[in-house]
Amino acid sequence: MSEEASTAEVRLPKDLAAEKGLVNVQIDGVWRQVPKGTRMIEACRMAGTVVPHYCYHPKLSSPGNCRMCLVQMGMPPRPTPGEDPAYDEEGFQPIGWMPRPVIACANTVAENMGIRTGGELVEGVREGVMEFLLINHPLDCPICDQAGECRLQEHSVGHGRGHSRFVDMKVKKPKNVDIGPRIRLDDERCIMCSRCIRFMDEVAGDPVLGFTQRGTYTTLTVHPGRRLDSNYSLNTADICPVGALTSNDFRFQMRVWFLKETPSIDVNCGTGTNITIWTRGETVYRITPRQNDEVNSCWMPDSHRLNFHYIDSDERLTEPLVKRDGKHQEASWQDALEDVVEAVEGHAPEEIAIIGSSKCTNEELHLIRKLADQIGTEHLTTIPRMGESDGMLIAADRNPNTTGCKLVWRREDPGFRLGAIRDGVRDGSIKVILNFGEDLTAEAGLSTEDLGKLDCLASVLLLAGPTAEASHVVLPGAAFAEKRGSMVNVTGRLQRLNRAVEPHGSARDDWEILRDLAALLSGVSPFDTSQPQMIEDVFREMAETISDLKDLNLSKIGDLGIPVTETDVTIPLLENERARKAAGTIVG
Amino acid sequence: MAIVKVKRPELGAGEKFYLGAIFKGFLVTMKHAIDSLRGKTRGSKDLRSSGLGATMQYPEQKWDESMPEYYRGAPALVTDEQDRERCVSCQLCEFICPPKAIRIVPGEIPSDDPWAKVEKRPKEFEIDMIRCIYCGMCEEVCPEQAIYLRKDYAITGLSREEMVHDKKRLYEIGGKRVGLVNKWNELK
Repeated sequence: MSEEASTAEVRLPKDLAAEKGLVNVQIDGVWRQVPKGTRMIEACRMAGTVVPHYCYHPKLSSPGNCRMCLVQMGMPPRPTPGEDPAYDEEGFQPIGWMPRPVIACANTVAENMGIRTGGELVEGVREGVMEFLLINHPLDCPICDQAGECRLQEHSVGHGRGHSRFVDMKVKKPKNVDIGPRIRLDDERCIMCSRCIRFMDEVAGDPVLGFTQRGTYTTLTVHPGRRLDSNYSLNTADICPVGALTSNDFRFQMRVWFLKETPSIDVNCGTGTNITIWTRGETVYRITPRQNDEVNSCWMPDSHRLNFHYIDSDERLTEPLVKRDGKHQEASWQDALEDVVEAVEGHAPEEIAIIGSSKCTNEELHLIRKLADQIGTEHLTTIPRMGESDGMLIAADRNPNTTGCKLVWRREDPGFRLGAIRDGVRDGSIKVILNFGEDLTAEAGLSTEDLGKLDCLASVLLLAGPTAEASHVVLPGAAFAEKRGSMVNVTGRLQRLNRAVEPHGSARDDWEILRDLAALLSGVSPFDTSQPQMIEDVFREMAETISDLKDLNLSKIGDLGIPVTETDVTIPLLENERARKAAGTIVG
Repeated sequence: MAIVKVKRPELGAGEKFYLGAIFKGFLVTMKHAIDSLRGKTRGSKDLRSSGLGATMQYPEQKWDESMPEYYRGAPALVTDEQDRERCVSCQLCEFICPPKAIRIVPGEIPSDDPWAKVEKRPKEFEIDMIRCIYCGMCEEVCPEQAIYLRKDYAITGLSREEMVHDKKRLYEIGGKRVGLVNKWNELK
């Protein structure tokens, strides 16, 4: 050791860590640095050890009532008066292990703390907690929808005894209770973790759930005279670690182990909630929120979550239809598209209007704009769909991709020509409408009589309805779960949709319909090398013209998306969550 | 490795002239022929053969009574003493089935049903007997003792559809099975 170093002040690990706002913690024998104020359970997670838990949820307060996350903790012994603290050669003080375990979820780390997530004591108490949780559990896994994603099942395998020593009668509690329009309660399965109660109180702001009775008889109930009818109620079923709260919609539909998970995004409003689509074969069984702390945290509104049954409803259009003598007949794609091309070529560009949709992906919007340029019409619009924000996750803009439309079309207000087109249809100056995914009789304000004046209405649609009825050519498109593409949400975040199921029947991806239409109009084959052959090609072509999307491709977007533009819109639920995180109520 | 040259055995004159062996074989055949005509074939009793040779004359004669308890025939659903269908459509058999022969559509038991507390039962239950390999994993995995491999082995049909056993057919084959664990008793 050099002269200089030996005279310099000895710097201990605790001082080095404190400079960076960190503390030294020994987790399972390995010293690590974690930020000051981290919960023990999170410190263990950072170290790669997941401590089993039920009641702890990073987005909710930590009451510490399930006792599953017990770990052994140790601190340096307090020196006797006049004694100097001892340090080992690495500069750490020896750890005096406490004889009794502590809960990892509600305690924070401290300098020179030791945590043991295993060992005789910890494994013993976990086994004890599991035994207590199971004494009154009905073990009706064969009829329980949670089976397969149940924490109680998982931890029973990991930390349970395998057999019960409990010889008395199990406590009877209400089963199959109707507590709300979308949620079913089974009190016997409840392990009293109180996650649902805290969620309804802290996040949903509608504290209708609570415990009544005491001890073994503790029962989860809904407030007398109230129901669990918040638009966020299904999130309680997601966070319920057991099968106490289950979804009525998904009840007994399919066991979760058969379902394939596809990460995607919600298209019911501008927030673009990150979702997981659960499918088996070509059927969508359920949709659950996927954690993204920049968009939707861990939550999702019920109204959006349940809005997928139309995908395989009876109204779903699956074959191209062409109107002959006032009646719709099934046609081939080629015939249907040729009809559209004929109508477009038979009219002057100013007689043709294109109604795009802010429900389309960026790729589709790009092709729509290209089509408009190709035809040479200026009548290009989307249909704005503004509502009230619910102050949580539902954005005021009910179109999922208005921001993307502004970017791709390079227009401040993509819907501003709607009024002119409407007037044009009424006074007869517009004779052809190419409609991409909109119901024109709803927000667009056109009546079926107005649509009857048109020479040709060609619509890419999902569902039968008045617009499909009035259309001369109906082209069946793909639903959100059937396509890949990108959208930009209200905060300017570029996110990706992924295909979970194939389009129904002869329905096709919307971008392919657009490509084929454009190719037919210019008289080349859709399979010509000048035409995009994959959705990735469309994105590449689009990214070349838009500076915000420069150097991006669909793969680079990732499952969590990337911010591409600035807007002044915020998501209220996230603001609330950040405030609670700053106040230290939640881990976040 | 050393090479060992094997020499063919030298045949004697009697062996070269094989008429003797042919005659010996003829005698053995004749003995069996005469035995079977006298109904004294070996195995006619213990194998319960037709007596006309050791072979059992299927389908006039069948081995059904001698089938062991563990015989694995067609899988079928059973009801219990109270005629309750034991299956709760947990779909574990569908999951475990190696050839994917089982297809279940679960359904809810309506609240006015006497067994409403069981909550769940199959709406549809189909086993494709063309696919079934009689492995018995469905029986082994069933947590409700609801599916058993019975002794039916002659599963025939004139079309593929006929070979798919639906819920009704499965309960016909399965019938009632008593003495099983009464899991859904009055305490549940």
